[in-house]
Amino acid sequence: MRQQKTNDIILQTATKLVSFIILLFSFYLFLAGHNAPGGGFVGGLITSSAIVLLLLAFDLKTVKSILPVNFIYVAAVGLLIAIATGAGSFLFGAPFLTHTFGHFHLPVLGNTELATATLFDLGVYLVVVGVTMTIIQTIGEEE
Amino acid sequence: MFTLILQIALGIMAVSTLLYVIRVIKGPTVPDRVVALDAIGINLIAITALVSILLKTSAFLDIILLLGILSFIGTIAFSKFLEKGEIIENDRNC
Repeated sequence: MRQQKTNDIILQTATKLVSFIILLFSFYLFLAGHNAPGGGFVGGLITSSAIVLLLLAFDLKTVKSILPVNFIYVAAVGLLIAIATGAGSFLFGAPFLTHTFGHFHLPVLGNTELATATLFDLGVYLVVVGVTMTIIQTIGEEE
Repeated sequence: MFTLILQIALGIMAVSTLLYVIRVIKGPTVPDRVVALDAIGINLIAITALVSILLKTSAFLDIILLLGILSFIGTIAFSKFLEKGEIIENDRNC
């Protein structure tokens, strides 16, 4: 006998709203890491928790169709970015992982301090998202 | 005076959390325990807010949102496990 399908429209509608809030919060945590609590690690974990919420409310196939990303490659690209920002200091004759910052005048934001440590944090963020989602998807696929 | 009020509120929250812990231990069915754990998460949010007022810092305000998100996702995962037996389905439409 075919198992009766469950109707969880409340969960799916709430997920459609809440996942955007969680993603925005993770983006805030990622950018706030320089002067406030937060950073690449927590931001990556919150982003993957938003994707986990999507996995809970929908299924693996649907999430793969709306996020057609192989998360192993995401982790690899993150490691590559982290190493590239470390090795980029060689171009200026500085030791490995030397970071710098500067003040720039951006069109909308005005005077903004841009640091290369953000790029390293982006690498950490991508590695955390990739590794967490790879673990959860491989456990979820097991029969 | 204000510190005293905050400490009294913290004491009340601690007593309430202890009562929830009794429900988690004794709860006759699993859904009782899940609801009690969810309420303990909400109590933790309140305790974090009270402590951050007591310490006069705004560094813990992110943790409040974080605890809300994590307790929401954890409760949903538990209830989906209780209903269907698996947390992440492969294909819902077959």
